[in-house]
Amino acid sequence: MIELRNVRRRFGRADVLHGISLTIAEGSFTSLLGPSGCGKSTTLRIMAGLDRPSAGQVLMGGRDVSELTPAERNVAMVFQSYALYPHLTVRQNIALPLAMRHMTRLERLPLLSGLMPSARRKRADIARRVEDVARMLGITDLLERKPGQLSGGQQQRAAVGRALVRDPALFLLDEPLSNLDAALRVQMREELTALHRRTGRSFVYVTHDQAEAMSMSDRVVVMMGGRIVQQGAPRTLYDEPASIEVARFIGSHRINLIEVRIENGRLVGPFAHLGVSGSGLPARAVLGLRPEHLRPARGGPVAARLEKAEYLGAETLLHLRLPDGARLRAVAPGSYVPPPEGDGVELEVAPGQAHLFESEGGQRLRVALQRAA
Amino acid sequence: MRPGRRIREALTDLWLVGPGVAAMLALIFVPVALVAVLSFTDYQFGARSFRWVGLENYHRLFTDPIGRKAVTNTLLYVAIVIPFSMTLALLVALGLHRLAQTMPRLSGILQAAYFLPVAATLVAMAIAWQMLLHPSIGPVNAVLKQLGLPAPDWLSDRGLVLYTLAAIGIWQSVGYNMVLFLAGLAAIPRHLYEAAAVDGATRGWERFWTVTWPMLGPTTLFVAVITATNAFRVFETVATLTRGGPAFASDTLVYALYREGFVYFKAGYASAITMVFFVVMMVLTLAQFALIERRVHYR
Repeated sequence: MIELRNVRRRFGRADVLHGISLTIAEGSFTSLLGPSGCGKSTTLRIMAGLDRPSAGQVLMGGRDVSELTPAERNVAMVFQSYALYPHLTVRQNIALPLAMRHMTRLERLPLLSGLMPSARRKRADIARRVEDVARMLGITDLLERKPGQLSGGQQQRAAVGRALVRDPALFLLDEPLSNLDAALRVQMREELTALHRRTGRSFVYVTHDQAEAMSMSDRVVVMMGGRIVQQGAPRTLYDEPASIEVARFIGSHRINLIEVRIENGRLVGPFAHLGVSGSGLPARAVLGLRPEHLRPARGGPVAARLEKAEYLGAETLLHLRLPDGARLRAVAPGSYVPPPEGDGVELEVAPGQAHLFESEGGQRLRVALQRAA
Repeated sequence: MRPGRRIREALTDLWLVGPGVAAMLALIFVPVALVAVLSFTDYQFGARSFRWVGLENYHRLFTDPIGRKAVTNTLLYVAIVIPFSMTLALLVALGLHRLAQTMPRLSGILQAAYFLPVAATLVAMAIAWQMLLHPSIGPVNAVLKQLGLPAPDWLSDRGLVLYTLAAIGIWQSVGYNMVLFLAGLAAIPRHLYEAAAVDGATRGWERFWTVTWPMLGPTTLFVAVITATNAFRVFETVATLTRGGPAFASDTLVYALYREGFVYFKAGYASAITMVFFVVMMVLTLAQFALIERRVHYR
């Protein structure tokens, strides 16, 4: 659908994008995920045609679109600030892209258009289309209001309506939910995915919230420092993070990262029950363990001391310390009754859920972990 | 016994507000009231007695040819200065706002240049204009003669003098209005232009009508009121360049007020002019307040 080939962007002397190559499949919901300043918004703006790459190509349907304006590319965009025209009603806001597209300059003139039959017909068409979109988004009763009189969620819907109304080839969404409160954000997530299913169009969604990216998209592109560090299905990112950076960014509980030594095909220290197989093993590595994969279990191989237990209802977050002084977090089910703080806890970890990274550079080590004999 | 809390607080309020109110009463409200009273008399400055004449001074201002001339001249002056000054200021602001993105330093220098007439004393500038527009030795007419065009008497032609003064007024006010428009332009969110580009408003003209002009609406109203207020007050150029002449062709309200009050000492008549001027200013000021309130726009 849309493809970036080795796209670079430079602002003055600062390189913002270092060669982004990316293909968005037809009909997919792709998230660009990364911390602020990673270049994800710039990438989106280059797709939209609001910004031009310093080098590289942008293709849509195999055709180079570098010279085309956003309207000519037929992309729609929803902005973080919604960018509704404050002087127009919701109806006029949604109708504007259609008027711009289908009516001549003469027909758009407010006084003259009443006299021209073609303008009257087009106006009626546009009005019908606006009504359809408003009904689909449930904002029919807001059509006569101005953006200033709407709540954040309503403005959000109006902005989506304006994007939706002219049936674009590609939807670009730039952190559209970040100005909403938490409950509304979850609701709008569902509405956006439903919209994606209904339209069948490609969506590109920029966010810094990994939960949004994981829950909504079929494909996540993780960006850091102007580079793509990993792309794949949400499950792949979670199960096989390509680097420490990705592992740290994905997952609602921050992953435990522990420096370990490897001797004779097994880890030395508290995780000695984990064996490593593979060739060219380094002597030192970083072990990545998600807190939700560390479970308290009587007789478990990892012994730690409980420093603090946070009861959260559905689960309990355990703050632990290993005998060598390293901190560790683990998640127990809500039903778990923790021992008094300061007591020992025995934990279990499945080898398949542990990750090993290079201690220099942080890349994932392509080795298999298993229970040591 | 100490006075109750309510009384103590009331005393504090009085202590805080009182001096300001007293000064305003003594220096503004009482003089205005006195002027209003004087405007119904034939009082002459220094005279021992006066006579009540009712609305005669007002009647004279609006019926006497000279008085009427001052009123119509002022209105014409305002009617010329407002649209031209605003249009020019908007064009300059749009140009400099764009220029600031590519050449910020040059844009800054030009902004300062346009603002100079605002900062400079108009009386001093009037001398420069007098030289420029001198019928025989002024550079303006020298250029016109070179081009084979007629060289008019800019400041002593009865049919032309008011337009010349209006042109100087425009020259003087463009810089100030430009600054206001620049502030308005800077406040337009960039995202709106991007949304307009996505929606298909690609040409400069479409962008202007879709985003810039509506978003500048409150600024434009504000600029209009400010320009009107300043144009109604026109005095320095009249006093230094024409003294209302020739034959009252460039007489304006404030200059007439000055002449009647401070040259002829007709305090009663001058007071009537002052009251008319005061009412106009009052209306404009109220409009200005209302517009400043509305700056939180489109709510």
